[in-house]
Amino acid sequence: MDVNTDLAMWSNQLIVSAMIVYAIAMIAYAFDLFGGRELKQSEVTSAESKPLSVRRTSRKTATAVLDAPDTATGGSDDTGSDDAASRHGAERARRAARVGTSLLVLAALLHVAAVLTRALSVMRVPWGNMMEYILTATAITVVVYLIVNIRKDVRYLGTFVAGGVLLSLGLSITVFYTPAAQLIPALQSYWIAIHVPIAILSTALLYISAILAVFQILKARYEDRAPKWLRFTKRLPASTDIERVSYTIAAVGFITWTFTLIAGAIWAEVAWSRYWGWDSKEIWTFVVWVVYAAYLHARATRGWGPTKVAVLNLIGIASVIFNFTVVNVYFNGLHSYSGL
Amino acid sequence: MDKSTATQPQLGFFGMCRWAWRQLTTMRVALILLLILALAAIPGSLLPQRIQDPGRVTRFLEDNGAWGQFLDTIQMFDVYSSIWFSSIYLLLMISLVGCVIPRSAQHWKAMRSAPPKAPRRLGRMPGYVAFTSATDSQEFLDTAQTRLRKLGYRTARHGDHVAAERGYLRETGNLVFHISLLVATLTMAIGSLFGYQGQRILIEGDTFTNSLVAYDSFEPGAYYDPDTLPDFRLTLDKFTSAFDADSPGAQFGQPRVFEAEVTTTVDGRSENHTLKVNEPVRVGGTGVYLTGNGYAPEVTVRDATGKVVQSGPTVFVPDGGPGYTSEGVIKVPDAAGTQMGFVGVFLPTATQNDKGELVSSFAELRNPYLVMSGYTGDLGLDSGVPQSVYTLEADSMTQMTDASGEPLVLELGVGQTQQLPNGGSVTFDGVKRYVAVDISQDPTQGLMLVSAICVLLGLGLSLFVPRRRMWVRVADGRVEVAALARGEDPMVERAAKDLAADLRDGGPASAEDSRTSTTGSRIASERD
Repeated sequence: MDVNTDLAMWSNQLIVSAMIVYAIAMIAYAFDLFGGRELKQSEVTSAESKPLSVRRTSRKTATAVLDAPDTATGGSDDTGSDDAASRHGAERARRAARVGTSLLVLAALLHVAAVLTRALSVMRVPWGNMMEYILTATAITVVVYLIVNIRKDVRYLGTFVAGGVLLSLGLSITVFYTPAAQLIPALQSYWIAIHVPIAILSTALLYISAILAVFQILKARYEDRAPKWLRFTKRLPASTDIERVSYTIAAVGFITWTFTLIAGAIWAEVAWSRYWGWDSKEIWTFVVWVVYAAYLHARATRGWGPTKVAVLNLIGIASVIFNFTVVNVYFNGLHSYSGL
Repeated sequence: MDKSTATQPQLGFFGMCRWAWRQLTTMRVALILLLILALAAIPGSLLPQRIQDPGRVTRFLEDNGAWGQFLDTIQMFDVYSSIWFSSIYLLLMISLVGCVIPRSAQHWKAMRSAPPKAPRRLGRMPGYVAFTSATDSQEFLDTAQTRLRKLGYRTARHGDHVAAERGYLRETGNLVFHISLLVATLTMAIGSLFGYQGQRILIEGDTFTNSLVAYDSFEPGAYYDPDTLPDFRLTLDKFTSAFDADSPGAQFGQPRVFEAEVTTTVDGRSENHTLKVNEPVRVGGTGVYLTGNGYAPEVTVRDATGKVVQSGPTVFVPDGGPGYTSEGVIKVPDAAGTQMGFVGVFLPTATQNDKGELVSSFAELRNPYLVMSGYTGDLGLDSGVPQSVYTLEADSMTQMTDASGEPLVLELGVGQTQQLPNGGSVTFDGVKRYVAVDISQDPTQGLMLVSAICVLLGLGLSLFVPRRRMWVRVADGRVEVAALARGEDPMVERAAKDLAADLRDGGPASAEDSRTSTTGSRIASERD
């Protein structure tokens, strides 16, 4: 039962340091999103930032015909899908966002170091209980966010990525705190290195997709009625654009979640002699899977507008969070590995 | 029926059926069924279920009276085999079949036909590039066709243009995904009919011979033939465990090692295995899984004549706490005079808590202690009513008392003996380990694995293979390249631009007239 308590202590220290940096990053991002003078300025030029109206003439056929906008908008730029709104946003210096991202990278480094020291302190995978799961899942969330950012500017998510990670880390070192130790026999299997990290990755992807869904709903509302309190959404891309990113990430998340479920079933056969037994964790993994399946179908169903579909996405993330927190802690089941 | 409906044309029975079928196979209804399925699965996690723990269901029913009865009537304790849950997923499966069959036929046709002709106005397509070129039009189209083929498109020449389509695998994947889901669901149902699951407790030294009588509990599927039980024997040689004695907080006392040394014998050949929680022993087509363990104190009971009437280990059931405090019953039916029974608690590491009570503070045998009370009278074993080996019908028996008339308490460390008031004695000889194993067979597991893998592959293809049509038209020295996405495809505009750039002999992609659309790829193929 060797536990390197020095390394475990270092890990805890690193978590706290990362949290401090996350907090500052969150403030910087929040300033980029909500604050500053430009918000008032951009109001003047609001006509310019109105999204182009492209209308699908027929929803019935698979090969829909599109009415292209009357004016040609693209130059020969390669980011053709950008619309006027996001281009307008890009014109701002966005110093706060840059500060936020730099700090987030720093926090991510501290965070990854915390994960590694924790893993090294017990020489095993860093996801043997709820605290470690949160620690690793949040690290992966930040990494996924930073990777998505390379391909597409989604820095408007920064506030909620940093904020969500900060909140989760706070919970992990308080209510979910578990000292570093070896695994219980039920978790001693190579499947823990397959099933759990993919579950973690799914959680991270679905979380980011869900924040995007929230922004999509807000932006769509702004495009529709332009209420004053949603002025900040002018800095976001068009809701259809956000929707597409949200969908793509959720689709990847759905595949990884399907993998989680299948790998879990195989592990269940090895451990409990049956691949499916309607254990409470299995039930909720199934519920999450069905909700996201419904989300993917709703997107292709007539009568389901983008906002309604986004709400399904949010129901999905709510069941993911429920599955992780309430089911782990309060429900009787075979997956009682919270370490609490 | 009121007047307004009475005047409507009669649908008739078949008309109604057709209408119901059409409704059922629409995407909208499938979606609603999916959402209802998610909702319907939830109660099974909130209420105890018979498939998991029938005991908890019984306790719930006892505690909740009429409310519990009502829940039982609507099958809330058998959610996953209930009529309502089954009807939801059956409807969903029928809906799926109704969707998959026509779509498979359609896809089969599409796979065998040439890409369709270009629409007249290509400029309306989400990806569109036009430029002038002086080359010979037929030669140019040849180049375009070769180029598209190299990119994995299926191509066809139609007069002044090349039509191309790619991404048939997207629909193939979609169909594979849905068909595999159907197969998986069916496999699950069939597996439960033809397999079996049994439990058995083995104390160190015990040998299990695979036959019906050897199981403590045995749940065969409806069509399982117990005569086909594979012939093997399994002996538990030794069980070792280790618990965390170093870590602080909640980690203290947590188990770290459970290992059972077993010997299997098939056709006279013996093999040694190490059975662990995540490492079942596969023997003769069945799996033997380690699902539990505990302590079996060895107790010797002598009756008033000094004759040994009970000896050997008795299984005590741990309470689930970290200290492995275990409860058990020792029944002594053959004592001279009256029958005897003992109810007790076994403490692996007995310590006194703040209140002076004896508790077990650790799961390992640091200070094993047996605390029991004794009863005399009729054990009720001959009444014909089956009874659990873990409970004593103490109500119909008389509790033993000590000299002062107080209830007798036996407190024994290992090796200690205590006299009984009726002249007999109880000796605590030592402790053996036991394991609980599940033994099960499911002949459909291989098929299940294959369908699960197909589900995953199909899903990946159906979500990430872009399905795209492209056209290259040359007319009057003007070249038009157009791309249309079918389904999600963020690269559709890019595809047109890249191809156009390619065809202009590797020149820079500065198209003279390029139109792009932001919503071009937001077209999902619909299902109705």
